[in-house]
Amino acid sequence: MKTAFKQSFALTVILIVLFAFVYPLTISFIALLSPGKGNGVKLSKNEKVIGYENIGQKFYSDRYFQGRPSAVDYNAAGSAGSNKGTTNPDYLKTVKERIDTFLVHNPEVKRENIPADLVTASASGLDPDISPDAAYIQIKRIGKVRNLSEEQLNVLVGQQIERPLFGLFGPSKVNVLKLNLALDNLSHK
Amino acid sequence: MSTEILGVLFMFMLTLLLAIPFGKYIARVYNGDKTITDFMAPIERAIYRICGIDSHKEMNWKQHMAALLCINMIWFFGAMIILTTQGSLPLNPDGNPSMSYHLAFNTAISFLVNCNLQHYSGETGVTYFSQLTVMTFLHFVSAATGMAALVVVFRAFRDKTTTSLGNFFRYFLLSCTRILLPVAIVVATILAFRGVPASFAGKDQIISMEGDTVNVSRGPAAGMIAIKHLGTNGGGWFGVNSAHPLENPDYVTNITEMVAQVLIPVAMIFAFGYFIKRKKLSWTIFAVMTAGFLMLVIPTIYYEIHGNPEITKMGIDQSLGSMEGKEIRFGSAASAYWAIITTVISTGSVNSMHDSLTPMSGTMTLLAMMINAFYGGCGVGILNYFIFLVITVFIAGLMVGRTPEMFGRKVEAREVKIAIMIALLHPFIILVPTAMAAFGITSNPDLGWLNNPGFHGFSEMLYEYTSSAANNGSGFEGLGDNTVWWNISCGFVLIFGRYLPIIGPVAIAGILASKKYIPESSGTLKIDSITFSITTFAVILIIAALAFFPALVLGPLAEYFSH
Repeated sequence: MKTAFKQSFALTVILIVLFAFVYPLTISFIALLSPGKGNGVKLSKNEKVIGYENIGQKFYSDRYFQGRPSAVDYNAAGSAGSNKGTTNPDYLKTVKERIDTFLVHNPEVKRENIPADLVTASASGLDPDISPDAAYIQIKRIGKVRNLSEEQLNVLVGQQIERPLFGLFGPSKVNVLKLNLALDNLSHK
Repeated sequence: MSTEILGVLFMFMLTLLLAIPFGKYIARVYNGDKTITDFMAPIERAIYRICGIDSHKEMNWKQHMAALLCINMIWFFGAMIILTTQGSLPLNPDGNPSMSYHLAFNTAISFLVNCNLQHYSGETGVTYFSQLTVMTFLHFVSAATGMAALVVVFRAFRDKTTTSLGNFFRYFLLSCTRILLPVAIVVATILAFRGVPASFAGKDQIISMEGDTVNVSRGPAAGMIAIKHLGTNGGGWFGVNSAHPLENPDYVTNITEMVAQVLIPVAMIFAFGYFIKRKKLSWTIFAVMTAGFLMLVIPTIYYEIHGNPEITKMGIDQSLGSMEGKEIRFGSAASAYWAIITTVISTGSVNSMHDSLTPMSGTMTLLAMMINAFYGGCGVGILNYFIFLVITVFIAGLMVGRTPEMFGRKVEAREVKIAIMIALLHPFIILVPTAMAAFGITSNPDLGWLNNPGFHGFSEMLYEYTSSAANNGSGFEGLGDNTVWWNISCGFVLIFGRYLPIIGPVAIAGILASKKYIPESSGTLKIDSITFSITTFAVILIIAALAFFPALVLGPLAEYFSH
């Protein structure tokens, strides 16, 4: 038993060095060659960093496309979902309120066209994306606030849609931060 | 939606395509045959020399288990020390505090036993030092422990009558150096190139487009996320695990993480066949497991892509499916697929919030963990399945009126007793603590554990213990589980749910291996026949599923039928 303990102890020390230090450092080193150099990919506007490509941001003004509801208010240092059960009465009340709020800000939209992703909280609270429908449905509001034509905005959203992998696998989506950056550029033209 | 379904099919096919040749490779590694990773041999020899291990020394099953428990105990105390002092240790750029004794107890055990139930949140609850020396380290070695135990069973059925079953340290180290490490490097590289952070930089502060100040948590996550899947561990870097956009940034990383977690459990089935030279047996085991898997995954995808009926009643468009607690880049189909994969094999990483699954899908994830043998965790999945095999051999033997035999050895009372005890242990350590917790919360509702009222609240507690006993690690995360009661009680369920289901099958295999070998004859029960496979499937359903039926009725099924 004593030798088994000694052998186990020595093996543990060696493997901690290998797996807790050598392995992660190797990966950090490899990641230096990747976009973002292992620090996460950032986006800039006028050479000023305005966010991470993959981290959703909170957009609340009517002049921007809005993302999904977040259980943590887009706190990127404390991700979480709502963890509400699908039949929880309090939760369903919240969803109803979100639908009503959306209709107040977008009076032209018909209730049956509101896509589910705009009134349900994401898993991480940091979802950077919305569905293409969720972007298209906000066009009327944004066109009015920014004095842009619907055709212009339709083209803009169309350009920002990321198609499924190889056109075959997975859903289509729109990155809200990139879309809003492109929107600001369009307004400045 | 059709591209989402195609995505799911693609992931399943890709897994099979990789797992079959990988299984052959695994068998060659443990058999000591030539492989492409033989360049690791000098490193392994150096490690044996420094540790004073004689890798050729044969062990019997008891020596194997003694070595396994001894090294696990060292890891437990090491992890406890680090977690309770992490606040004052280096590599803590975010200034996170040390853990309380009960949270450290729960966390150390949970990572030790390959479960990775997390009662803390990655961004605020642990330091980079702990993430590397406790989490990443235990991800590797706990997976290798399960694999080494399984190889002991492989060995028991390869040779005729024997008590020498190879060397534990050799199987353990080979699992690390030849299987886990090389694949983890490949997976981590893919993740890093798709945007998962891998540097040691701490939190970053940015000003958002709307002018808010936002702190963004980061860290050397890519390596840990690779091994957390490969070793079916599941403990994530960030609080929301693989739903976090830095932990799982797009559909490519989702496929990578998904395939990585099923790879070894499925490959092990085929490795078994190659190792004992009975390939047909592998295919029949695979067929039974796949049938069970499909039985769980098809309804889950169906219910998730059809959306939440309560929201449909509000008259909005639900063509995306039930999106509460799901991310747009995966969609509802791939999230449902992941929910079942992560529960049938004991990963427990999540890319959607299981608490927000529709009631029927919640039932399926619970059933997956209650059965815990359709594919199953790294190594331990087949050990669980082996228990059901022994019981089926016994029942089938009784039905045809013969002495039950398995791999040319008589199965007698002692082995069957062990098997039954292990099979009954699982419901016992789930249902008893759930009943106690339910009693506690109903007699004192001020405890405030539950995030949802009614049947769903009961499901939250049932899920927590099921996940602990199955060493899964996912949760209905609405449960307020960082309390003394949950930390300690789950800690004990975790220990029983891990070590007894390893020791039981290894003991049975060891006892069988030492018995007289009886060559196969026309009277031998064929355990790779279709009839026997169907019987096994029925036995699994009767023992595992029916034991839990009343609890499921009180929780998710009641929720389903009352709405």
